[in-house]
Amino acid sequence: MTDDRTEKDITDTMGEFSVLIGGIAGDGINEAGLSVSRMLSRLGYCIYMYYDYPSLIRGGHNYSLVRASRKSIAAHSDRIDVMIALNQETVEKHRGRLKETSFVIYDADKVDGAGLTGCGIAVSGILEEAGALPVMKNTCILGGFARAVGIDWSVLEEVLRKHIPKRLEQNLLVARRGYDQADSFCTLPKNPILAQGRLHSPASPILSGNQAIGLGLIKAGLGAYVAYPMTPSSSLLDFMARQAGRFGLAVIHPENEIAVMLMAEGFAYAGVKAAVGTSGGGFCLMAEGLSLSGMAELPVVVVMAQRAGPSTGLPTYTAQSDLNFIASAGQGEFPRFVVAPGDAAQAYYWSGVALNLAWRYQVPSFILTDKTLSESQYSFERGAAGEPVEASPLLWDGSGEFMRYRYTESGVSPLAFPPVKGQAVKTDSYMHDEKGITTEDASITRQMADKRLQKGRSLAAELEGYETVQTSSLHPSRTALLCWGSNQGVCREAGERLGLSVISVLVLQPFPERRLKEALDGVDRLIAVECNATGQLASLVESFGIPVSDRILKYDGRPFSIEGLLSELGRVLA
Amino acid sequence: MNPKELSTTAKNTWCPGCGNFSILNAVRSVLADLDGEGYPVEKTVLVSGIGCHAKIADYLNVNSFYSIHGRTIPVATAIKVANPDINVICFSGDGDSLAEGLDHLIFAAKRNIDITLVLHDNRVYSLTTGQYTPTSPTGFKGRSTPDGSVEHPINPVELMLDAGATYIARGYSHGIEQLQMLIRDAVLHRGFSFLDVLQVCVSYNNLYESYNKWTYTVKGNDTASQQEARRIISSWNYDRSDVPIPLGCFYRVDSPRFDQHFSLVRPDVAERERRIDDLLENFI
Repeated sequence: MTDDRTEKDITDTMGEFSVLIGGIAGDGINEAGLSVSRMLSRLGYCIYMYYDYPSLIRGGHNYSLVRASRKSIAAHSDRIDVMIALNQETVEKHRGRLKETSFVIYDADKVDGAGLTGCGIAVSGILEEAGALPVMKNTCILGGFARAVGIDWSVLEEVLRKHIPKRLEQNLLVARRGYDQADSFCTLPKNPILAQGRLHSPASPILSGNQAIGLGLIKAGLGAYVAYPMTPSSSLLDFMARQAGRFGLAVIHPENEIAVMLMAEGFAYAGVKAAVGTSGGGFCLMAEGLSLSGMAELPVVVVMAQRAGPSTGLPTYTAQSDLNFIASAGQGEFPRFVVAPGDAAQAYYWSGVALNLAWRYQVPSFILTDKTLSESQYSFERGAAGEPVEASPLLWDGSGEFMRYRYTESGVSPLAFPPVKGQAVKTDSYMHDEKGITTEDASITRQMADKRLQKGRSLAAELEGYETVQTSSLHPSRTALLCWGSNQGVCREAGERLGLSVISVLVLQPFPERRLKEALDGVDRLIAVECNATGQLASLVESFGIPVSDRILKYDGRPFSIEGLLSELGRVLA
Repeated sequence: MNPKELSTTAKNTWCPGCGNFSILNAVRSVLADLDGEGYPVEKTVLVSGIGCHAKIADYLNVNSFYSIHGRTIPVATAIKVANPDINVICFSGDGDSLAEGLDHLIFAAKRNIDITLVLHDNRVYSLTTGQYTPTSPTGFKGRSTPDGSVEHPINPVELMLDAGATYIARGYSHGIEQLQMLIRDAVLHRGFSFLDVLQVCVSYNNLYESYNKWTYTVKGNDTASQQEARRIISSWNYDRSDVPIPLGCFYRVDSPRFDQHFSLVRPDVAERERRIDDLLENFI
């Protein structure tokens, strides 16, 4: 390796680089990836981390892919600059990602270093000498990584002190040994990362999409979170359970998703703003409760984190194949709000919006995410997409008799919550009259259906004031990429490199037809990019008379990488 | 309060002679009495499932959540957690709570959530015109089992004892005074109260004669003894129609409750903002 090549590759990747850390499940690979992210964040980089793991508890191959850039990013790169290998399998599986200039930091006791450019750390020996637990091997090797890439010891120490407080002194000891050993044995070019110049922006918090959703909901006034664990939504339940005391939330993990949905509706009846979280299979069980929400006009937020189906599918891998399901789930006809944020900042803002709209229009409101958005880590730029506020729903003014389903111009009836002296607050899953008493009257049936649909029109009218479709382009182009959800980041980067505009549809119901048509002004070729096998957004868009020329579809459970999408686009545009 | 004030204008569509009338009348007079004893009626919420029983929500001018089949308990649980001052009473059927919603019933007992469940146990699906339910006896000839059900019935009171309910009783729709007393006790008990009501369906499973012959009220039993409760409860397993059927309160103990573990005091907007900032600092 020569210094010439190092400079060339750094130029090629335009001020960014990627680190992969791999090992077996139980090695703490997600946390190790976060430590790498936090160090690089402290050097002023923007971070995106993708975490790949199979559905098992111990063993199997896990890896974190950390990408650091001078620009805001939300996608990973296949090629890596540094590999941190805790076992031989990591080297074998990911060798193809290495560039000529890449180097490998590896556990010299586990990995055959022959033919690798890099630096072996005698991890087992260090751990044994320090009497440390096996799980501390990643702390040890992070020491080696920090030294090899030129990160000051103080940066690693700060990260460990802040985030690994358990057995801190021992962790610091093995990290320091790893750090010193890399210094002694490493013959790598000096400071390959710092060679790009230390950046000066302050470090940002690093959040998963699920954490950003949780914070957005809390900011907008959430009072209860109810969920049954299901990947990739479980980490939101974990987050809410930990934050319950801090924010006065009721967090409940009940017997199944049927109970989850009905509990949220009980909270809504009592005036407590509630959200639920699940993935496709769990949402199947919620469908009967969803329809109740439509009929009884009970506001509820559903965080629906997609994974590859049908059925159990690939529990820990991604997909965008539930759009059709979410758009039409539940018997009968009733309005709903569906938003698919593209990154953590959008997840934060739009989760707050979703909660407010659910209550303003007394409808179910979906935050449609996927494994990629829910479990990836992002440098969180708070406010970059907007700051949620807590809005009050329409409340009964206390005059006359309270009628839960009173007819109004907007279709929205003012709310009251028990106890109200002298009034009965009645909600009903049957067809009901304004008071909330069951009826089978034909005329009331029609009027109540009209009332519910009127709420949908009022909701759509309010959404005219929101950026429900977002276009990004350096220059106007006649060819545009069409995407939704977590593909926004990779599409924007690919679009930027190829000079294509990118149209990201954030709100999927009520469908923002007018805004999409405006965004398409001057575009004569639309290429849909989706993580499903049929092009569900493309079909939805075509139902509004908008032709989609090409569909680039990925349905192997893995998100698009920058290189992967560029290659697909090269094929389509050739 | 006069119980009549708790009526609505909804037309009652139960069959003449239906056992549900007794439950309705008993509940109405209990709520009216309690209103004058420091339990104002606006602090009561009724939650019903789907089936003949559930129409009770329309017939009482009281806060109500007319839910879906089998789903009274999760709704009631959340209402109680949201507002511990409110008495929440579920009305459910044997198909509703023992078939479609059995998981919720077991979990309500397991959690000892402070709500009451009144089981309108007519041992038949009536609104769907006569199929066997989890408490129908073996051999029950219903529309879905024309040759007789081959399943054994569930004994719901025994199930509730095993699952952790802290108030367990059985009433009969033909004994309104006892029914009123049991409903009142169940509502005032702090913890999960399960009241099985042998409710006669005159159209599809008219057991008046059998119940009049075999039911008796237990007296002097030690309701704090699980062993004694089990002995009484297992003396009739819902399968036979030739043994005595005990009525009354079988079990009543105090135990920690699910609803005691929540504090829904949310910080105000400024304080919430400060705490979000603090939290984000931890993520750097």
